[in-house]
Amino acid sequence: MAHDSKEIDEPAPAKLKLYNYWRSSCSQRVRIVLNLKGLDYEYKAVNLMKGEHFHPEYEKLNPIHFVPTLVDGDIVVGDSYAVILYLEDKYPQHPLLPKDLKKKALNLQVASIVSSSIQPFHGVPRLSFVEAKFNDDERLKWTQHYLGKGFTALEKLLKDVPGKYATGDEVLLADVFLVPQVHAAITRFGIDMTAYPRLSRAFAALCELPAFQDALPERQPDCPSTA
Amino acid sequence: MASDSKEIVGAEPAKLKLYSYWRSSCSQRVRIALNLKGLDYEYETVNLLKDEQFDPEFEKLNPIKYVPSLVDGDVVVGDSLAIILYLEDKYPQHPLLPKDLKKKALNLQVANIVGSSIQPLQNLSILKFIETKFDADEKLKWVQHYIVQKAFSALEKLLKDVPGKYTTGDEVLLADVFLAPQIDAGVARFRIDMTEYPRLARAHAAYSELPAFQAALPERQPDYPT
Repeated sequence: MAHDSKEIDEPAPAKLKLYNYWRSSCSQRVRIVLNLKGLDYEYKAVNLMKGEHFHPEYEKLNPIHFVPTLVDGDIVVGDSYAVILYLEDKYPQHPLLPKDLKKKALNLQVASIVSSSIQPFHGVPRLSFVEAKFNDDERLKWTQHYLGKGFTALEKLLKDVPGKYATGDEVLLADVFLVPQVHAAITRFGIDMTAYPRLSRAFAALCELPAFQDALPERQPDCPSTA
Repeated sequence: MASDSKEIVGAEPAKLKLYSYWRSSCSQRVRIALNLKGLDYEYETVNLLKDEQFDPEFEKLNPIKYVPSLVDGDVVVGDSLAIILYLEDKYPQHPLLPKDLKKKALNLQVANIVGSSIQPLQNLSILKFIETKFDADEKLKWVQHYIVQKAFSALEKLLKDVPGKYTTGDEVLLADVFLAPQIDAGVARFRIDMTEYPRLARAHAAYSELPAFQAALPERQPDYPT
């Protein structure tokens, strides 16, 4: 679980440090995984609104200026997909990838659809090119278009896959990537998830689990009290 | 290596089928991986300019309607990273991920920077959108300044002190597989000046000499327009 680094009085801070931001869906993925694996970590807030991701100290950790970044002793890993697969290897409890190659590939594909075909389009509206040349309405439409396309594909991919969660009755990689994306879609981009019943069903079941609840943006130490 | 599906007569068909487009950098990544692992495959063309990715038959193979998609017997996998990680498990020869966790993570990070922060933001549909809404100049600026420069500068910083002939060392690994098509496309289509990224350029020159990479080039594919 997370400790806000200001509140630790006891000796021996957690070995794992996660540089992240409350609202970042990529950060949320890693928080979920750390929780599922029962791993303590120090929460290092990087305030994206204040441009802290561009500070030279942070750039040393992650030259592309994204969150999250994980520090595990002398190992520094950037990018949520890379961080999660690192955690899978290093801390194999509650494995997120099944042994069955078909099911494993399905989980990897779901994760990739989210990380390559949906999430990158949230960041797009803030690129100065798009801010300068598109109005608010157009930017929202752009994001909604890619969310819709991605969710439609995921719904088709998973509609005949039985189970309580995304790919079956165990919580796996697909669930880790899906939940923050759906959460962002609902809370920030006005997406109506009733169009995606298979995704919605898995999302509802996952949201009940403590590991997922504790990872929610609104539960993080750096979530503004006005949010 | 690839066999154009039209040319197989008589002999048993290759078990692996790759749905690919000559110019797709994502398809090129998988072609490189298949070549490195010495895997024969049948090349199934999906002509993106003729909208063949929207055929219902193809949609069954990949609901997001992107290439590549791999069929291995009864296993169907879409998305280049998922396909390559599947190949890593199923056909472990010439592993693309090292055992060392730090180096493995670095390769995955490079692959994801390419796969999430560069390629998706310059795919065909976005480029068409920007060119239609503005013009070809804006399209180029979009790619050069906003996408490639940001990511390539970050990759250069990430890798500049990493020794070795290739991207992350002296073995060809996942990072090389992802970077090769991205740099090729950058240079051939978007006039990226690789002298600004010497560490990337040096690795690129080295792996580009390898047959596995050459055979995967767009211009060597069966559907390359003559």
